[in-house]
Amino acid sequence: MSQEHTLDPNNLPKDPAKSTLEGKHKFLGLWFFLGGETVLFSCFFATYLALKNSTAGGPTSQDLFGLELVFIMTILLLTSSLTSVYAIYHMKNYDFKKMQLWFGITALLGLAFLGFEIYEFYHYITDYGFTFRSSAFGSAFYTLVGFHGGHVVFGLSWLIALMVRNARRGITLKNASKFNTFSLYWHFIDVVWVFIFTVVYLMGMVS
Amino acid sequence: MSIASTQQKGFWAILWDYLTTVDHKKLGNMYIAAGAFFFVLGGIEALVIRIQLAKPENDFISAGLYNEMITMHGTTMIFFAAMPILIGFMNAIMPLQIGARDVAFPFLNSLGFWLFLFGGIMLNLSWFLGGAPDAGWTAYAPLSIQSPGHGMDFYILGLQLSGAGTLMGGINFLVTIVTMRAPGMTYMRMPLFTWTTFVASILILFAFPALTVGLFLLMFDRLFGSAFFDVALGGNSVIWQHLFWIFGHPEVYILILPAFGIFSEIIPVFSRKRLFGYTSMVFATFLIAFLGFMVWAHHMFAVGLGPTANAIFAVGTMAIAVPTGIKIFNWLATLWGGSITINSAMLWSLGFIPSFTIGGMTGVMLGATTADYQYHDTYFVIAHFHYVIVGGVVFGILAGLHYWWPKLFGKVLNEAMGKIAFWFFFIGFHLTFFIQHFLGLMGMPRRYWVFLEGQGLDTGNMISTVGAFLMGIGSLVFIINVVYTTVKGEKAGNDPWGDGRSLEWSISSPPKEYNFKQLPLVRGLDPYWIEKMEGNKKMTPAQPVNDIHMPNGSILPLIMTIGFFIASFGFIYQVDNNLWLIALFGGMAIALGSMLARSLVDDYGYHIHKEDLEKEVD
Amino acid sequence: MNRWMGKIKALILLGFVSLVLAACGKENLTALDPKGYGAEVSMDIMILSIIIMIAVFVIVMLVYTVAIIRFRRKKGQENYIPKQVEGNHKLEIVWTAIPIVLVIILAVPTIFTVFDLADDADASESISIDVTGNQYWWHFNYSNEEIQTSQDMYIPVNEKVYLNIDSADVIHSFWVPTISGKMDANPENTNTMYIEAYEEGVYWGKCAELCGPSHSLMDFKIVVVSQEEYDQWVEDMKSVDPEAEPETASAQEGKDLFEANSCIGCHAIGSSPSAVGPNLTNFANRTTLAGVEDLTYENLVDWLMNPEALKPGNKMTGNYPELSEDEASSIAEYLLGLDHSEINPESAGNE
Repeated sequence: MSQEHTLDPNNLPKDPAKSTLEGKHKFLGLWFFLGGETVLFSCFFATYLALKNSTAGGPTSQDLFGLELVFIMTILLLTSSLTSVYAIYHMKNYDFKKMQLWFGITALLGLAFLGFEIYEFYHYITDYGFTFRSSAFGSAFYTLVGFHGGHVVFGLSWLIALMVRNARRGITLKNASKFNTFSLYWHFIDVVWVFIFTVVYLMGMVS
Repeated sequence: MSIASTQQKGFWAILWDYLTTVDHKKLGNMYIAAGAFFFVLGGIEALVIRIQLAKPENDFISAGLYNEMITMHGTTMIFFAAMPILIGFMNAIMPLQIGARDVAFPFLNSLGFWLFLFGGIMLNLSWFLGGAPDAGWTAYAPLSIQSPGHGMDFYILGLQLSGAGTLMGGINFLVTIVTMRAPGMTYMRMPLFTWTTFVASILILFAFPALTVGLFLLMFDRLFGSAFFDVALGGNSVIWQHLFWIFGHPEVYILILPAFGIFSEIIPVFSRKRLFGYTSMVFATFLIAFLGFMVWAHHMFAVGLGPTANAIFAVGTMAIAVPTGIKIFNWLATLWGGSITINSAMLWSLGFIPSFTIGGMTGVMLGATTADYQYHDTYFVIAHFHYVIVGGVVFGILAGLHYWWPKLFGKVLNEAMGKIAFWFFFIGFHLTFFIQHFLGLMGMPRRYWVFLEGQGLDTGNMISTVGAFLMGIGSLVFIINVVYTTVKGEKAGNDPWGDGRSLEWSISSPPKEYNFKQLPLVRGLDPYWIEKMEGNKKMTPAQPVNDIHMPNGSILPLIMTIGFFIASFGFIYQVDNNLWLIALFGGMAIALGSMLARSLVDDYGYHIHKEDLEKEVD
Repeated sequence: MNRWMGKIKALILLGFVSLVLAACGKENLTALDPKGYGAEVSMDIMILSIIIMIAVFVIVMLVYTVAIIRFRRKKGQENYIPKQVEGNHKLEIVWTAIPIVLVIILAVPTIFTVFDLADDADASESISIDVTGNQYWWHFNYSNEEIQTSQDMYIPVNEKVYLNIDSADVIHSFWVPTISGKMDANPENTNTMYIEAYEEGVYWGKCAELCGPSHSLMDFKIVVVSQEEYDQWVEDMKSVDPEAEPETASAQEGKDLFEANSCIGCHAIGSSPSAVGPNLTNFANRTTLAGVEDLTYENLVDWLMNPEALKPGNKMTGNYPELSEDEASSIAEYLLGLDHSEINPESAGNE
């Protein structure tokens, strides 16, 4: 039992995340899960595209969106993806402290993103009276962007739980795969945001 | 934790064992048992429908209740009877077929089961809580938005719960098949049932999220005042139809492909001949799955999508006939030149071929858009999809039950009763549904509470009702057979049919909790048959006897599910009273709390030791 | 043995054919005896497809039957191991190629007819009717003629008529099997299709999309009359005076009640485009009451007093004060006097 989960410093596996069968399962399982998530977000995108002009006399995308805010949010989330890559790099080198540091930065960037998103929604609701119930466009916008935001919240909770739980344990074969699957998930959230940035905000301001 | 301790336990210990189990075989049996329970419910609903339609302008049940019946019949049969029973087979049999000791995620497997079960309970509780959903199993908006009461909310949350469970099951099977095949079990040596499990799991993975999204939109509209389907605020009800059928068409293949897999196991065994055209069978399975995603709009020919879309989807639909035809001919060629034994399992398989051929052909006819303008939403469609789902999937399930019963429960089902059940069901089935092709074309749309007198529909409907009761008798005989066999059936050996070809027949019936004491070495397609032909009684082991790592049981999946279950009630009733938000957040806290607990507490499982294993006899 | 099987097969085939012939269903409702362009085109494709399918089915069943009989394990073969055949490339290519050919044979005419039925080149110079589905009745607005009617649609024989179909509430589907295939009535857009009837007559139409409890009672009719009769009908309907005095005193009383109980708030008489409830201009000429029942005085009185009994979930129930039998009788008398057109279903030479 013990030989499977604790590390022998003289014989470190090359990739701690995929060195156990359980780790391999998690890695592959998360990839499949992300395949399903892709379909999920595609359906939200399709719904949004079908309804983006159905404003029912309420505010339109041109009225609402401003590039500066969204641009900052995009930079924040893209950077957080990058910092999680550094974290995983250090994990593979068994440098636990640096891994925690970079994941900590990832979490902070994610939190900042979330703060901006909450501000954005608040701004639309108070300044424009644009809500989830205003029009089909409103429902589709908040659902698509909100589901992404929900994924960010879940990802952050996951990351923080992992960091706190393993703060004293260092890298083990058991938790390495957990950190690794988290970072995959986080990249996925980032990719979805790139599409939201393009499809919702950029296209919304042009058309 | 020795194996002997599993013997002779009290009732509560057994119950606890089942509530916490992560054993794929037990979960498989639980899936089958729960699915059978829902099958009986759906069957009773079907009989009520047929009684109502026995004569013109009947008033056996009211119009509102009738719409609840048809909705519940469809939803129950598809999501809570057919699919779980098939997933039960996948759980119980697939790991045995690839020589694995378990599935990749035993904990998720248990969570998937409980989510399915509580989803089904949720849906059916609507009967007692103000009325069942009544907008049809397709729940077309805006009817489903306007439907009064909470029936549709139970539909939405019940399906959301069970859908999440199914998605977990799909991912689990995929990972299991990719990573846990025994030494030598290459992809192209996998039994066809494993292949169809694999492909159906891919379909689950890519189709169910579309339903999830559709259900979210419906839920937001009904419970949180959004405007996706509210035309006054710019909503568009056709979006629901697209999302539903992007899920709904692949769903048909999620059901039928595993059934194809079951027949592809049974026909070779009882023809004593290897499956004809194995490679083309695998290829055809993938082609059907691929095309299955390209044809959803053939359910929407009358929506007004325009001639271009209608023509493209017509051609795509017809194209599915080609790989399906390949399968039918491969089965025929497997029979040809074999040495055929006809027992119950084989009877269901042989009954399937003509029945499904008819269903497949009417499918192509429905694909011809111009003719579909007449068929669409009539009893012709009802006849078609019952020929496919009953003649294909239900026959497959019953064939599979007879075939694998000894492997699942250690006893062989009674042959005589098996045959009686088959003939009642088979004749009843054709009586019920064949005539419905004509009823549809004679002007009877589907989902009609009454048909009028003097419209030439009386005889056909009467025949259909009589047939339905024959099917009911057949099902009853099967249930009696199960009880009889459980009490008096003869014990089965490892390979009760004598001609078993795949790995599951090389181990005891029912298998030990660790399935294989030593992982088998697979030397080709039909590995057990190969060994038998060389005069070996057992598989050649691929490893020496060693400690076996097993996962721990856990009650967390059940608690997590109960949390979601409570939260669902909170979602539904918060529109009536804000106090229900307590249930919503409380339930979510329970669910997420158990998730956190699962994540934070390391579970290393346990080992069955070599010394204990060596004491066991095979 | 084989000859015996052949006889059984011939019998089954004969039974099948006679069943098809005997079971064509009621004239003017069945899709199997088309009397309109759309239904005829659909029928042609049906016949083509069924011929192909029966041919395939016969081949499959032949192989199947012979295989089961010939290769069934016989006594003394308990230990016989048949040759384990892996496959046969030639055979597999054959049974892949032939279905492809069959599918193409079916697909080509399908594509052509789909585009044919969606053709709207003649829309501007043809009669055009706006069809609106409601829970649980149909409204017909002859927009060019400024005529409104409900439940019975009058069209001339052998004439292309364009229908612009939508819905006022949930999704319905417009289907007159003998004349044409169906088209959905969606709340968010208008679907256009054309129909052309070949013979005069009254054709039954049905709603083909679940729309609530009375979905099965949402019948309507298409009354196909000659061109002259149609012109006459248009003329009559245009010159209706909604304020015309009824002939009898009790009918006058009915008219007053009709107005006092605000029936008129939903039911227009004349060409007012309001269509909350069915337009009643030519109510007395209707083929049926509420689409499904014989239009008699007694039935009408029952309907007025308790519409829920006939059509569960209809929108009239509870939206007017309760009527005494006398009041209902007066209103019925008034309504049965609304026969403003000389052209009625009998003009179509039917029922």
